[in-house]
Amino acid sequence: MGAVFAAMLRRELALAWRGRTDVLLALSFFVVVVCLFPFGIGPEANQLRSIAPGVVWVTALLASLLALPRLFEHDLRDGTLEQLLLSPEPAVVWVLAKVAVHWLVTGVPVALFAPLLAGLYDLQPEVLPLLAGTLLLGTPTLTLIGAIGAALTLGVRSGAVLLALLVLPLAVPVLIFGAGAVEAALGGVSYAAHLALLGAGGFAAVALAPWACVAALRLAVQ
Amino acid sequence: MLEASALTCIKGDRILFRDLTHVFRPGVLTRVAGPNGVGKTSLLRLLCGLAQPDEGEVRWQGVPLRAQTDAWHRAVFFHGHLPAVHELLSPRENLRSLAAVQGLPHDAAVIDAALAELGLARQRDLPVRVLSAGQRRRVALARLILAQERPVWILDEPFTALDVAAVAALARRIEARVRDGATVVLTTHQDVEFSCACDILEPGRFAPRRKAA
Repeated sequence: MGAVFAAMLRRELALAWRGRTDVLLALSFFVVVVCLFPFGIGPEANQLRSIAPGVVWVTALLASLLALPRLFEHDLRDGTLEQLLLSPEPAVVWVLAKVAVHWLVTGVPVALFAPLLAGLYDLQPEVLPLLAGTLLLGTPTLTLIGAIGAALTLGVRSGAVLLALLVLPLAVPVLIFGAGAVEAALGGVSYAAHLALLGAGGFAAVALAPWACVAALRLAVQ
Repeated sequence: MLEASALTCIKGDRILFRDLTHVFRPGVLTRVAGPNGVGKTSLLRLLCGLAQPDEGEVRWQGVPLRAQTDAWHRAVFFHGHLPAVHELLSPRENLRSLAAVQGLPHDAAVIDAALAELGLARQRDLPVRVLSAGQRRRVALARLILAQERPVWILDEPFTALDVAAVAALARRIEARVRDGATVVLTTHQDVEFSCACDILEPGRFAPRRKAA
């Protein structure tokens, strides 16, 4: 089981490195959209500060959607998916490896870049680690929910739009607690509950999403 | 022993075949034959468990496939008409990752030997993107060598895009495997002569006379 996970991790990392322009695309989208808001809203520091957590989180969510349709699409087209489904090990093992690499190349860069952009919103430096932390804690859940959507819409015409419609409503709780934690810190109240709920959501997603994903993938190759 | 029992396959509103029953004996090569669209590929996908039959079931050693997925996946090797080869990876990387996931031997020596046997020794570290269509098929077929020990081979058009010498070599390999007692099921549109025990299965014979209402 470990060998399957390691082999898949290695394969996906090699592919992510060779197709790195895809990674840069999602990250650039995030950077550009976060930069747009201050231009549209104007330079009122108080207003910008109050919308910053929400803007960063919503943009992170949209950026995570960009690369999702490609998560299983190539494997379906070249026949790799059917071969992977013939593995004697549980399919959730390689699905988890794929999702982990996808998060590593889409979620992590966004979380690391978010504090750098916070200067545009006049956020206090004290909350920047928390902003990155909530993103690191919440984006795995977004990727896992997104993976179910990607598997369900595999091979469907205009699947990308359908994927967004499926995934965005499910991502609302993550958005509430992720942005809420930063807002609580800005308001000077405890944000521990927000983080705990984000973490719990993450664990629930790790426990359930891969199975849903595998079921959807089996349907897709039928 | 691999058995198909009363299989029915429906595509859209059309019944491809109904009540298809066949025993695939070890040591016999079964050729699934017929014109395009009679359901050859559909039948192979039902046999390896990638698709579920609308009626009936497929049994391996007397047990339905669904009841023994892991054991079945350790016994079967499927070569689909899609190559399962990623363009950005080298032949070596392609084989290693897929073989590891499928529980086939995947040490460097075994993989290099398989690639050398198919004449890809010099291309083994190039990205598959720069290889020709025939060479890509060979990368996919190298997995057949890794799956040498598997008792069931299900091969969908394994001879496509291969040159004459490669077709002959592959046919000899399949024959040798059949003589060793493996169950081989394949489809091909090429005239390939096999000198082992052969059987022909035509899914078209199980097609209903007229369209379903």
